[in-house]
Amino acid sequence: MSPRSRLIDPKGWIFLAALGAFCVAVPVLNLVVPEGSGLHLPTYLVALFGKYLAYALLAVSLDLVWGYCGILSLGHGAFFALGGYAMGMYLMRQIGPRGVYGNPVLPDFMVFLNYKELPWYWYGFDHFAFAALMVLLVPGLLAFVFGWLAFRSRVTGVYLSIITQALTYALMLAFFRNDMGLGGNNGLTDFKDLLGFSVQSQNFRVGIFVATGVALALGYLIARFMTVSAYGKILIAVRDAESRTRFLGYRPEHYKTLAFTVSAMMAGVAGALYVPQVGIINPGEFAPGNSIEAVIWVAVGGRGTLVGAALGAVLVNYAKTVLTGAMPDAWLFALGALFVVVTLFLPRGLVGTAVERLGGRRAAAKLPPEPAIAPKLAEEGQGS
Amino acid sequence: MSTATLEPPAAHATPPGLGTGPANKKRQTDALLYLDDLRVTFDGYKALRGLSLTLSRGEMRAIIGPNGAGKTTMMDCITGKTRPDTGIALFDGTHDLLTLDEPAIADLGIGRKFQKPTVFESHTLSDNILLALKGPRAGFSSLFGWRNRVERGRIDALLETVGLLPHRDRPAADLSHGQKQWLEIGMLLAQDPKLLLVDEPVAGMTDAETAETANLLRRIAGEHAVVVVEHDMHFVRALECRVTCLHEGAVLAEGSIDAVSADPRVVEVYLGR
Repeated sequence: MSPRSRLIDPKGWIFLAALGAFCVAVPVLNLVVPEGSGLHLPTYLVALFGKYLAYALLAVSLDLVWGYCGILSLGHGAFFALGGYAMGMYLMRQIGPRGVYGNPVLPDFMVFLNYKELPWYWYGFDHFAFAALMVLLVPGLLAFVFGWLAFRSRVTGVYLSIITQALTYALMLAFFRNDMGLGGNNGLTDFKDLLGFSVQSQNFRVGIFVATGVALALGYLIARFMTVSAYGKILIAVRDAESRTRFLGYRPEHYKTLAFTVSAMMAGVAGALYVPQVGIINPGEFAPGNSIEAVIWVAVGGRGTLVGAALGAVLVNYAKTVLTGAMPDAWLFALGALFVVVTLFLPRGLVGTAVERLGGRRAAAKLPPEPAIAPKLAEEGQGS
Repeated sequence: MSTATLEPPAAHATPPGLGTGPANKKRQTDALLYLDDLRVTFDGYKALRGLSLTLSRGEMRAIIGPNGAGKTTMMDCITGKTRPDTGIALFDGTHDLLTLDEPAIADLGIGRKFQKPTVFESHTLSDNILLALKGPRAGFSSLFGWRNRVERGRIDALLETVGLLPHRDRPAADLSHGQKQWLEIGMLLAQDPKLLLVDEPVAGMTDAETAETANLLRRIAGEHAVVVVEHDMHFVRALECRVTCLHEGAVLAEGSIDAVSADPRVVEVYLGR
């Protein structure tokens, strides 16, 4: 037998086919169908859909650690925002002398705050390759150090969740300060162009939408590759009975740190793709609420399915767009209600429930055990 | 106490002033497992009070004793789950178990089956065996390496040994209690350890299952040293091995099952109750 299960299972094919169709249809409807036609897709919707796809990538990265490894991260928004800031710094440097103050080196906010020269940590961000590297390295390094310390000390369950929450909150407070040199309260904005393309142009909007779709597909495949390998099986074993894996000779902290780091890098890429599409990155992205919303997307779609996480992110954000347009005050209530309903009636989420109905018990056994939301407390029940 | 005393044989005796530091790598004893004067205190409760035990290569040993005698605590000390306050625990004559953590000890070749069967419930039986198989266990090797290319036959042979081959593709959660016990023994075999620690393997088993388990363990012994903790005296008798009786964290008696069960102090603390 080949213990590595098929890389792409039926739901994976459906997901990739739908994503591919979406990534073809949206550009065609926007660029090819003439503006007067009823089928024409306005450019602002392309940017909106691109944003959904970036969120979907964040959700996939979160599902990798939550669904397969039991790490309920309530701070994944931090990695997303860090990736976004790395991209934002590149975009700021691309503005050059076109800023309000016309300073060729310093971004406007630095001129305004009387900076005399560029802080050292801005060096290199005028090169796209360097910025792209930082998009991966900064969240990855933070996750590696954080994960190594937390997992080695065997911090699990709610305690770990609370620390991740504190992490993103601390970063938010830090980034709010003007002397961080990252735009403080206002963050980074007024972007002009990326790799020579104007970020406002229709072609760029379509291009980055497709790029986000490709990144989502790649992120899915990487997460899938990891979870169907023996590594992924051990990850699931760690999720279900961590101390048992130690008595087999595994070091769960290594396994968790690797998954957490890869996941953070994926979240960073999602943030980097998100920022040019929304045109701004500010400390609000670190708000704990954002990370918790991401957890809800994954819960709605179905933990431990990857596809479900992406689907949940798109559906919940679509609902958010519609509802905040119609009844802005009702959104948080609707989100809370959604969370309660999913927890009570669809503990495996949409895709998890579908897998259970269609694939039977055997397929469902692979999914994380129910109570979907309650994080697993440090297991003490091993032996006696 | 004549027949049932632990008298450390001369070959196993510890030289005076034995250091167990990392520099002291020369073989101290021929015993596979050498425990001397282990003491463990939990919140003032003395779980082990000077436990000493030696086990030869390939030997099977049954450990009996009333509740609270320190049987499981002893296993916890050997596998790195609990750190004793004082004492010596040597494996293979050279490895100081008290300085190692659980994965390092498992890596040396000590496998453990828990009292409550602990298998990976969401994995199939074959995946449970796959994860237990002896070999490199680093993250990258399981992501890209050999564990992704294990031959089906190797896993099936192990499942066959514990009589679970027909269930190979079922999730372990589906198994009965007794079947989980066997699966866990199969996982132990897949680890191919030098020493198997088996905690109450027949708890909750029917008589027929118990007899089969005794057969299975007897077959395993010889190739591997086995320590079995068990309450079921019929089962212990069926193992046909040397028996150690613990009481209040120390060895009370040791010898054949007949000698131990005839020992008046054993009768008093354990069998007589």
